Amino acid sequence: MSERTLKVDYLARVEGEGAMFVKIKDDKVQDIKLKIFEPPRFFEAFLRGRDFREAPDITARICGICPIAYLLGASYAMEDACGVTVTGQLRELRRLVYCGEWIESHILHMAMLHAPDFLGYQDAIEMAKDHPDVVKNALRLKKIGNDIMIILGGREIHPINLCVGGFYKVPQKRELTVMLDELKWGRDAMLGLIKLITTFPMPDFTQDYEFIALQHPNEYAIIEGKLVSNKGLDIPLSGYDAALEESHVEHSTSLHTHVKGRGTAHVGPLARYSLNFHKLTPLCQKVAREAGLGETCSNPFQSILVRGIEVLYAFEESIRIIEQYEPPEKSRVEVKPKAGTGYGCTEAPRGICYHRYTIDDKGIITDAKIVSPTAVNQPTIEKDLWDFVAPNVKMDDEKLQWHCEQAIRNYDPCISCSCHFLKLTVDRS
Amino acid sequence: MTTTKVRPKLAVYKFASCDGCQLSLLDCEDELLAVAGEVEIANFPEASRAIQEGPYDVALVEGSITTPHDAERIQQVRKDAKFVVTIGACATAGGIQALRNFKDVKEFISLVYAKPAYISTLTTSTAIADHITVDFELRGCPVNKYQLLELISALLAGRKPNIPTHSVCVECKRRGTVCVMVAHGTMCLGPVTQAGCGAICPSYTRGCYGCFGPKEIPNTGSLSSWLKKEGQDNGQLLRAFRGFNANAEPFRKESERHE
Repeated sequence: MSERTLKVDYLARVEGEGAMFVKIKDDKVQDIKLKIFEPPRFFEAFLRGRDFREAPDITARICGICPIAYLLGASYAMEDACGVTVTGQLRELRRLVYCGEWIESHILHMAMLHAPDFLGYQDAIEMAKDHPDVVKNALRLKKIGNDIMIILGGREIHPINLCVGGFYKVPQKRELTVMLDELKWGRDAMLGLIKLITTFPMPDFTQDYEFIALQHPNEYAIIEGKLVSNKGLDIPLSGYDAALEESHVEHSTSLHTHVKGRGTAHVGPLARYSLNFHKLTPLCQKVAREAGLGETCSNPFQSILVRGIEVLYAFEESIRIIEQYEPPEKSRVEVKPKAGTGYGCTEAPRGICYHRYTIDDKGIITDAKIVSPTAVNQPTIEKDLWDFVAPNVKMDDEKLQWHCEQAIRNYDPCISCSCHFLKLTVDRS
Repeated sequence: MTTTKVRPKLAVYKFASCDGCQLSLLDCEDELLAVAGEVEIANFPEASRAIQEGPYDVALVEGSITTPHDAERIQQVRKDAKFVVTIGACATAGGIQALRNFKDVKEFISLVYAKPAYISTLTTSTAIADHITVDFELRGCPVNKYQLLELISALLAGRKPNIPTHSVCVECKRRGTVCVMVAHGTMCLGPVTQAGCGAICPSYTRGCYGCFGPKEIPNTGSLSSWLKKEGQDNGQLLRAFRGFNANAEPFRKESERHE
């Protein structure tokens, strides 16, 4: 009888603290856990008693990598509660700043955290010695995303210029148009990066997921829409709590999310792409087809490619928004507090990020619920690991461990977010 | 004759935090490869699988101490590193999660988690310096990446980092921003908050919300009375000081005056 355990006590190249544990007995998988030991921070609890206008800045501190998802998710929820809709150029600026976050976060993950797996490097800096141009171009691409965040948000991490109702200050047209040349370079550079990714060795591994993403009639949904899935979910944001439930498991300080009556769900780039392919621009659709992708994608290892398509989209969308931009008269819509409950959900780089708040007539928060994308993906990642390890148990420990880490990094899991989570342990006991 | 340059070994640690401050290092797009040429990134799990054993020359510590396990882990960080530098409001003041220090944490756990027995946490969120000797603190929520680069350069050169401790007001005057409090009556913590961000908020017509924590010798009481004259009530003042640096002593004491 042979038993072995693979353990990774501190997963690298993910945002936050997590671990992986795999137990194999007589070449059969006994147990797999994705452990999240990020310390709990209790945002939902201390939001109670705070002013409704404070929620965007406070919840941004859940995650330094995707603060826009929190700034905007909270703002939309508060506007929903108070009966206010933000439209026109202010709405376009919200999409633009979100494109900045998608570019920055996706490129960070693709080039610096995920690509080294495919090419066999410990990290991007080691990779830079053999592929200097790839890393230099990636840094330049990432910087463009951050520059959008800086112009519209004041700074790239925890931007200060977004608020309930819109912005503190809106940019002049020329402040945006100066970025056009660099954005066009970025769009063209993405074609090269996507072509390079198509040469990466991709494990043949497809899964039957329930993809959940926002869907919007007129656009590739980022900031607004209804929640849909490939297995029949079709609900307004206010239907979230009735359709999805959270459970608390011992090995995680992040709550696990399931679709009621069905099971695990998958959110993020693969879900958005597979549900909203036809809302991508003609160029994105063409590049995706040339890269060998279909209209849906169920191989999580190809997520790096799909992120590339989404970055290309974000560049095109940024160019479109800037070219049509005319500064609005007012930087924000006035929002007066009104007792009630509001819902907000946006597409963070890693998937849907859900906010629900109840406020009183003075605007004081009495209840808050926030669900990060990694909380939804965590049980799905564990299922991927089961399905990947089972047919590959004969792989030696080192190779199996690296592939398992890669399977986790497919999701770009943001552990800081999910606790508001990674470490690998393979036990072949 | 060739000489091999011995590069100082850098380690980056995370405690309770959002990851934003260590991300600041990866956000140095123009400088990252140069930094990696000067220091040996020996332990930085967010960026690399390769982890070298200590001791390290410099440890950058992000995050606050909130669990019994972390209270032990930070002791080892001190033993392994020559210089310990804390980065950001969580590490220097306990961060936004220090709001638990003012409430009953048991109630907090039951509000967020269905099975409180699974959760191991301390009743407080505290700064790293409350647990070990810290050699330098870099403020901000998040830290400013140019201050982070200045700090690394200073450590490489063996000199003191040039990090001013005056107020945000000085930065506003330098960049020529009209005072939002004087001109528009906007609540601003700039007079009592340490500089370093570049006075971003007022340049966007917004009042400073104190994310760099208290300046050297801040007169918080005087600012509060001015803000009261501008129409702010006790609830607003309490929440203003009880933000991302709520547990920094001058801000904590001032918020308690408005309870």
